[in-house]
Amino acid sequence: MRVKRISKKIPELPESPEKVDLSLLDPLIEKFSGKKGITIPVLQGAQEIFGFIPREVFIRLSEELNLELNELYGVATFYAQFRLSPVGKMIIKVCHGTACHVQNAGTITESLQESLKVEDGCTTEDGLFTLESVACLGCCSLAPVMMIGDETYGKLTGNEAVKIIKELKLKEKN
Amino acid sequence: MTKTKVIIGLGSCGVAAGAGKVYKKISELKEAENLDFELGKTSCVGMCYREPLVEVIDENGSFLYGGIDEDKAVELINKHVNNNNPVRDYIVVTDLYDTPDRKYLEGQVKIALRNCGMIDPEIIAEYEERGGYGAVRKIVENKIPPENVIKEVMDSGLRGRGGGGFPTGLKWKFAHKNKSDNKYIICNADEGDPGAFMDRSLLEGDPHSVLEGMIIAGYAVGANEGVIYCRAEYPLALKRLAIAIEQAEDRGYLGSNILGKEGFDFRITVKEGAGAFVCGEETALIASIEGERGMPRKRPPFPAESGLWRKPSNINNVETFANIPWIIDKGGSAYAKYGTEKSKGTKVFALAGKINHGGLVEVPMGITIKDVIFKLGGGIPGGKKFKAVQLGGPSGGCIPEYLSSTVVDFDSVTATGAIMGSGGMVVMDETTCMVDVAKFFLDFTRKESCGKCTFCRVGTKRMLEILIRITEGEGETKDMEKLEELAYQIKDSSLCGLGQTAPNPVLTTLKYFRDEYEAHISQKKCPSLTCKKLLTYEVNEENCTGCTVCAKNCPVDAIEGARKEVHFIKQDICIRCGVCFNKCKFDAINLS
Repeated sequence: MRVKRISKKIPELPESPEKVDLSLLDPLIEKFSGKKGITIPVLQGAQEIFGFIPREVFIRLSEELNLELNELYGVATFYAQFRLSPVGKMIIKVCHGTACHVQNAGTITESLQESLKVEDGCTTEDGLFTLESVACLGCCSLAPVMMIGDETYGKLTGNEAVKIIKELKLKEKN
Repeated sequence: MTKTKVIIGLGSCGVAAGAGKVYKKISELKEAENLDFELGKTSCVGMCYREPLVEVIDENGSFLYGGIDEDKAVELINKHVNNNNPVRDYIVVTDLYDTPDRKYLEGQVKIALRNCGMIDPEIIAEYEERGGYGAVRKIVENKIPPENVIKEVMDSGLRGRGGGGFPTGLKWKFAHKNKSDNKYIICNADEGDPGAFMDRSLLEGDPHSVLEGMIIAGYAVGANEGVIYCRAEYPLALKRLAIAIEQAEDRGYLGSNILGKEGFDFRITVKEGAGAFVCGEETALIASIEGERGMPRKRPPFPAESGLWRKPSNINNVETFANIPWIIDKGGSAYAKYGTEKSKGTKVFALAGKINHGGLVEVPMGITIKDVIFKLGGGIPGGKKFKAVQLGGPSGGCIPEYLSSTVVDFDSVTATGAIMGSGGMVVMDETTCMVDVAKFFLDFTRKESCGKCTFCRVGTKRMLEILIRITEGEGETKDMEKLEELAYQIKDSSLCGLGQTAPNPVLTTLKYFRDEYEAHISQKKCPSLTCKKLLTYEVNEENCTGCTVCAKNCPVDAIEGARKEVHFIKQDICIRCGVCFNKCKFDAINLS
């Protein structure tokens, strides 16, 4: 089950490192005010703006749109798309669809975990990479595949994946 | 003389393989050298294994080039377009002579995919040129009443292509019968099966055919509103849908009084899914559109009676809708000519896994699995032995090699214990461990279980724990019975399709590959060398260069050896993590 225990998670709802500019939400609130079935699009819109959904945003949306805070939080934790903490500059999506699985996608995640020293779903200390396992990216004939930004890398091995990450890291430093 | 056309396949798979860069390169080249040819875009023709694809059409015919990168693109333009000298080495299929890849196309019958790879999906006129929106026009011009539209669909024998296989016409009839001030048509585009991508290809390659199918459904059922629930993970499909809807509105196919017919109103909106596999189940999908957690509801009442916002609703899958305009245009009986007695028409499959020609194929129902894999799919790479095919994703099952003459239709596939599902066909060879495959799917369904039904929520977790134990060499003989017992309990006690089918991958592998489970449990061996904890790692003395990389990376210091000397793995310390195998650049770690 995807739902995480709320009692543990709530205090972790990030007090955002920088102050969240809640006025950015105004157009969103205006667009959805008074409509029905808006919970998911509103949260998607908020995540689009901030990259994740900060605590303050939940509270403001709940107040302005007349949605129960627990409902918003319930929906945000049900769906895989929503993030409650900031992500790295680059998100590495390693495909774990069936085709990639039978072509050893596991090795790629393991190699990246080891090289980046992060667990699956976490962000590196320097805030550069977030490592994610995703279900099918839909380019099964290129399996195994990972995607960073808009770039897709196919027919990978663990070593190649690590090499690509190292190159990106180097590029970022210069 | 007609102008030479250069068309680039820009579906998601093509873009992933680099087609975007090829398009950019060719258009830059055209600009810079002021070349005289027409540059066009299309989507996926289904030959994913040959992407990126570039088609050149000149006065001699059509030439489809495969595996084109930026350099090859330049060569292609110079030789073929500028000097009329086709580059034979890159040709995949051409009008002029036979190529091995032609077999891939010849065995197919394209109805749902009739326009994919043939038109630019962002230009409505190209769809219209190929007869698009002709079915809506036919209904309006010939004043065909809704009852007759439904009858035509019933005559076609079309069954739901999302996996359930429920007769589409019958579904429409139910929704038609229920009187209400408002009804909804919902298109299920929440294609979450890992290993299935035909709905994405359809939406990217021919969005108008899906819209047209929905408009016809709206007319037949008496609905004025349509909703497409599409995965957010399909950005290109979402973009092309938005363009298509806008164009269809401009041309009067969507909106009020469609094509001038009084009271024929239909509008379509798109809802983005947020990533939950269970939302493919129709009642969960409805909950999700309403903005709630995507949890299934009890049926009855069925959506045809009380669906979205408690109004009668009709839900069909993308591929089902794409078939509709063809059926109305050509007649239900023309569609029913294809297929078997109880499964009419064609089905699109996404071929992937250990297969030479991975991609999309549309075949008539009744073809054997063997023919799909060997005649169309080109067999297994590397001369390996074909072992099984997985049909139906996490809800389906594995069909072993000896049943590969099973024909593809709803009932024959169900009889093997798998399901037709949405059409993912993942091929496995002798190096695939079937226990590991069962574990993979169960891990998926466990994560995706919404948690409403206890047996699905807890049962899948318990089953997964047993499977993990087996793959780590801790299995006991009675585990197989336990798995079966749990499997039937979950099937019997779950509200929706996810739970009812979640144990299928385990049950089919237990049925057809029991010996592999036994090898894992009693001999502590993984016959296909997949389950790491059951392997022995040894240094191959001939290949080892003594580079010390394995020793440095071994987390438990189980590897010894001096620099430039053959290394040695101490089996009593080795935890079988596989790091040495992954790190070694000289193939010097053997598995057994």
